[in-house]
Amino acid sequence: MPGVLVVAEQRDGKVKRIAHETLAAARAVADNAGGDVHALVIGPSGTSAEGLGNAGADKVALALDDALALYQGDRYATIVAARAKAGGYAVVLLGSTALGKDLGPRVAARLGCPLANDVTSIVAGAGITVTRPVYSGKAVYTMKISAVPCVVSVRPNVFAPGAFGKAGVHETVAAGSEEPRAKTVQVKEPERAALDVAEASIVVSGGRGLKGPENFHLIEELAAALGGATGASRAVVDAGWRPHAEQVGQTGKTVSPNLYFAVGISGAIQHLAGMRSSKIIVAINKDADAPIFKIADYGIVGDLFEILPKLTEAIKQARGN
Amino acid sequence: MKLAVCIKRVPDTETRIKIAADGKSIEESGVKFVLNPYDEYAVEEALKLKEQAGGGEVVAVSLGGDASQETIRTALAMGADRGVLLKTAARPLDPLEPAKALAAELKDSGYDLILFGKLAIDDYNQAVGTMVAELLGLPSVSSIAHLEIADRKGTAEREIEGGVEVVEFTLPAVLTTDKGLNEPRYPALRGIMMAKKKPLEVKEVQLGGGGVEILELALPPERSGGKIVGEGAGAVPALIDALRNEAKVL
Repeated sequence: MPGVLVVAEQRDGKVKRIAHETLAAARAVADNAGGDVHALVIGPSGTSAEGLGNAGADKVALALDDALALYQGDRYATIVAARAKAGGYAVVLLGSTALGKDLGPRVAARLGCPLANDVTSIVAGAGITVTRPVYSGKAVYTMKISAVPCVVSVRPNVFAPGAFGKAGVHETVAAGSEEPRAKTVQVKEPERAALDVAEASIVVSGGRGLKGPENFHLIEELAAALGGATGASRAVVDAGWRPHAEQVGQTGKTVSPNLYFAVGISGAIQHLAGMRSSKIIVAINKDADAPIFKIADYGIVGDLFEILPKLTEAIKQARGN
Repeated sequence: MKLAVCIKRVPDTETRIKIAADGKSIEESGVKFVLNPYDEYAVEEALKLKEQAGGGEVVAVSLGGDASQETIRTALAMGADRGVLLKTAARPLDPLEPAKALAAELKDSGYDLILFGKLAIDDYNQAVGTMVAELLGLPSVSSIAHLEIADRKGTAEREIEGGVEVVEFTLPAVLTTDKGLNEPRYPALRGIMMAKKKPLEVKEVQLGGGGVEILELALPPERSGGKIVGEGAGAVPALIDALRNEAKVL
């Protein structure tokens, strides 16, 4: 089988963790079906592709140009589609990030092939079989993609990066020079750099039980002690207490962290759908009958205003910071 | 200004999903269907842009079965001028197939802007809008939460991990809309009455099967949760112990 082309996402000239996760998923496909794994890094000159060989890439193609420092959908798609055609790959694999979810459909449309976004497993056999949570995680499709090539994006935090000791031989490829039809001119960074709820391995989410936006510092402090991201329920986002970027659930983000804290969240069905694939769930709620306790691995019943400060302190001690 | 809004009929967010007897789809009986929540932002934005431009037309386009007429009527009740149903019973999971059918309808129709919700909350694939833009050769920005249009130039903002991308483009263009862009209006009674009289054209379309086959639709694995480690702040040490020594996540 012809191999897998991995779009290895970078930000500010550094390859992201999701690139390593995507390479690990690609490695499993290639090792099962035969073929090589080639990584493609698109970014500004000076972007380091160090470590991508060990992460699973047999070869690393670099398309570098300072005009590609920010994500330019049109130019990125032109580069990826050209590489995909030239290499005759069976699968083009991306991370299901803001970039991947925009780039994947562009590439699939240009290649005239199917796309499966946000998969949680990918297996090569007769065709490619993937699983995709749908209805925001209330159900899971198992789908067989028979078309060659196909474009697939993998959900963050699902595939563990590995050490494969591959050569990762570097090669420079054309970065093109087209003027993008839609041009990214700037990335506005927030005043405090926040870890994204969809990419974080630990998420602490707060709900209506916090009683007001002024109390969310309790959530932020616990998240900071854990090195995690802050999340929110739909109720508090709709009430304007927290930004939509933090919303977990059916009209927000679907997350799969290693550890998820639901604090003052009763567990509406659309919220549960968005976080039920977390590996470990902890619920803190004053109502012992709250639905959240039915899916939580560990629960504490009680007043979050008493529990959270103690918990944050204990986490700091446990982690030695 | 001529605007198209592409909308989809989906199960309401509060739906409890049951798997149908075929093991490949959901049991639809008893399910309440609604206009896809992200598409409401697209409809609202189109109506606002038409109002700002002081005239024009907003066309609501949907792909689906006859029941999707009801979804189009919702957009008409919000204020869209007319509807087009691309009628098909097929529901291929390969997003390129619906994208091709929509692109064929939208091509050469003189739209200044084509709007989609950023994703449909049933299939969750987040692909069709951006694919249509590519098939039509138009600039596109996905998942926008802010938009300004002046002199046939647009600036849109989209959320990325830990930041916001600012993207400039010229019309005509394709945009997909995220929560936060606007507050969708509720259809007023007068709008609902008027919607019944607005034109809704039904066109039969043939979709290809695509390159994706559904093997199974299943409920996610049950979680065997429900362990209460204790009550109140006194339970914190027991929780830390469980997370560290049993779950090994600390």
